[in-house]
Amino acid sequence: MDLTIGPIAFFWSAETVRAFYRTLAASPARRVVIGEWVCSKRLPFWQQEIPGAVECLQAAGKEVALSTLTLITLRRERRQTEELFATGLPVEIADLGALKHLPEGMPFQVGPLVNVYNEGTLEWLARKGATRICLPPELPLASVATLAAAGAAAGLAVEVWGHGRAPLAISGRCYHARLHDRAKDSCQFVCGEDPDGRDVETLEGVPFLTVNGVQTLGHSHTTAAGQIDALREAGVSSLRLSPQIGDFAGLVRFYDRIAQGGTPRAQALAGLRRLMPQASLADGFLAGAPGASLAD
Amino acid sequence: MMELVCPAGTPAALRAAVDAGAHTVYCGFANETNARNFPGLNFSAQELAEGVAYAAARGARVLVAINTFPRAGDQAIWHRAVAEARAAGAHAVILADLGLIAHAAEAHPDLRLHLSVQAAANPDAINFYAETFGIRRVVLPRVLTVEEITAINREIDVETEVFVFGGLCVMAEGRCSLSSYATGLSPNMNGVCSPASHVVYGEVGGQNEARLGGFLIHRRPKGAPAPYPTLCKGCFTAPATATGAAQTGHLFEDPVSLDATELIPRLRRAGVTALKIEGRQRSRAYVAQVVRAFRAAVEAVEAGAPLPSGLLAKLTEGQAATTGAYAKTWR
Amino acid sequence: MTSPRPLPAALRRLPVPPLAPRLMGIALTALLRRIARRQPAILSRLGPHEAARFLIDVTDGPVLLLIEPRARRIAAHPRRREPAHDAAIRGRLAAFLAMLHGAEDGDALFFSGELQIGGDTSAVLALRNALDDAELDLAAELAAIAGRPFDRWLRRGADLLARRSGYVLSRQETSP
Repeated sequence: MDLTIGPIAFFWSAETVRAFYRTLAASPARRVVIGEWVCSKRLPFWQQEIPGAVECLQAAGKEVALSTLTLITLRRERRQTEELFATGLPVEIADLGALKHLPEGMPFQVGPLVNVYNEGTLEWLARKGATRICLPPELPLASVATLAAAGAAAGLAVEVWGHGRAPLAISGRCYHARLHDRAKDSCQFVCGEDPDGRDVETLEGVPFLTVNGVQTLGHSHTTAAGQIDALREAGVSSLRLSPQIGDFAGLVRFYDRIAQGGTPRAQALAGLRRLMPQASLADGFLAGAPGASLAD
Repeated sequence: MMELVCPAGTPAALRAAVDAGAHTVYCGFANETNARNFPGLNFSAQELAEGVAYAAARGARVLVAINTFPRAGDQAIWHRAVAEARAAGAHAVILADLGLIAHAAEAHPDLRLHLSVQAAANPDAINFYAETFGIRRVVLPRVLTVEEITAINREIDVETEVFVFGGLCVMAEGRCSLSSYATGLSPNMNGVCSPASHVVYGEVGGQNEARLGGFLIHRRPKGAPAPYPTLCKGCFTAPATATGAAQTGHLFEDPVSLDATELIPRLRRAGVTALKIEGRQRSRAYVAQVVRAFRAAVEAVEAGAPLPSGLLAKLTEGQAATTGAYAKTWR
Repeated sequence: MTSPRPLPAALRRLPVPPLAPRLMGIALTALLRRIARRQPAILSRLGPHEAARFLIDVTDGPVLLLIEPRARRIAAHPRRREPAHDAAIRGRLAAFLAMLHGAEDGDALFFSGELQIGGDTSAVLALRNALDDAELDLAAELAAIAGRPFDRWLRRGADLLARRSGYVLSRQETSP
């Protein structure tokens, strides 16, 4: 299995973005998806970094694709989607509505927030020109295996959520702004103050969710590290790692090592804990259990 | 007159809705193919056929929601549900999954297809579904403003149906895994959100607690109204950060329900075809009361008369209602 | 909902004679069996929850009721000895009758705290939904069991009592 780096979920400064992709260029990741994934209001603050990042990553031999928004609603957002396809670079759709703008016959990729739950959907997308699909994080291993087989038959690559806070929900309303008693239209970009999102706990202090603008993520880091062998066996071809603050390059190296298979589950999870001693880990989704749980 | 689309979780509720003046009733099969897969609820194929006949005899129509996402390897269950709905004489099926829509369009070209709210369709997606599969109607997400709905209706050639009463989803529907994160069961895969099977009520220190999958969702003084512990309407804390003060409360949404009665005239001007009432999990008593009130409301709007108001407060969750996203201030 | 008075305190304080719960259980079991025979859909709607034991705690009533759908049995237990159960619904008689007869929505009664749920929430929902679909009319069922000439008297009595007390003693909708 190889590694795909997903789009940055959080609102990082242009400098942080630039440094992040420069480091990634030297990492063992095979491909990188770039683009504003969550909120179109953030894009003007960092879009000037995109051409340079693409160039730098391509020069380092990475495959690069551009991501659409997860929720394409406004006229401006729809125009931006159309422009993505016009760049000629591969596009990863994060909202099925993007297909409205897909030039006839152009191949495309499908991100984890498009609902691909079954062979019927996968095969239809393959006929339409999909070449890779990253499956939704909530899918259990049995579904992943069925879809990986269907993907192989249809000639497309199947990828799963490998690491990062799982994206759980997207809304028309900004919860980050709401936490500061502001509306979405007057948010003053408060989400930029929390580069790994804002924690949400239960009333008894149990960490639960993470708010990232209009997106809600799990608080725990969802990881496939403990199920690498099963995923390889199922025919999954790539693990998706979701960018986060901290030693992300170290994480990419760690996943590159274990993606080759053969690392026992306990050892893989222990390795991950050494890299992120403060973080809680979860892998319930793949086990068909609550996503927040870590199977024993 | 605007079409009134009403919920039925049981045959008794279907009859109650039709008798109370529903133009259209929607329901689902008693399995994981529909997004209200709750214990004791929904229809067998025979009950559906009987319901369609009861409605038809009184000039009403029945829609069948098959709006979960088929499980890989088990698509046949969902394909069978579409075939059974058609055989029972359903006016249309309400679908969310791209693959299932493609199947229905190909296997049953004469069957009318509606796009479920679970498809979370924005203007581009609606046009894509209409052009590709001949979708005839779309149920719009509950996160749009009236202005956006007006704009959508100008751009698309498909009927629109909007929710006006009942539960309020604050996340893009059909794209939410909050429930499965806490319980392992999700609307998309299992047709349940914050399922009762994972709810535990308890009493601790004189307070009532409600937990979902072990996570504390509410804690209320004994005797205070206790909303159902739907995850996005829970009470949580965001600890203080360098720039943000700590916040405790309903960080996502208050336990309110949607009541857009007062917006019916504007929705009509926005070009909306049908008004939808949420609540297949509610009783026949609820259905009858709400349908009667809304039938009176759409008739009043049609006649240019003032709207009857305040009829429904008792039936809403926690006794509080909101016009939701339809008013822009919600965001 | 219209809030009828609780059962008279004198009635609640009345000592329950030792044989009364058993006799009550026998009568209620007969009622349950009749309903199950005539309306098998109730049991099929319960699905896997048919095997659950439901505690009905009518808080202004003299005894606790334990419903076991699979065994087709209802037993009355003295308040001081709560029987083992899987799910419990607690509330005043008025709330139970209002829900059973379709005068009030179960969810609304739960949200407002007039009915409280304990134990297996799924089982409670299944029971509520099954009963709601059944469109029961307790007064009519009781009248049918009592047989002539008591049936007409029971129905009239129920109507009268309902008007005076606010208790919903029979099905609310009139069938078209």
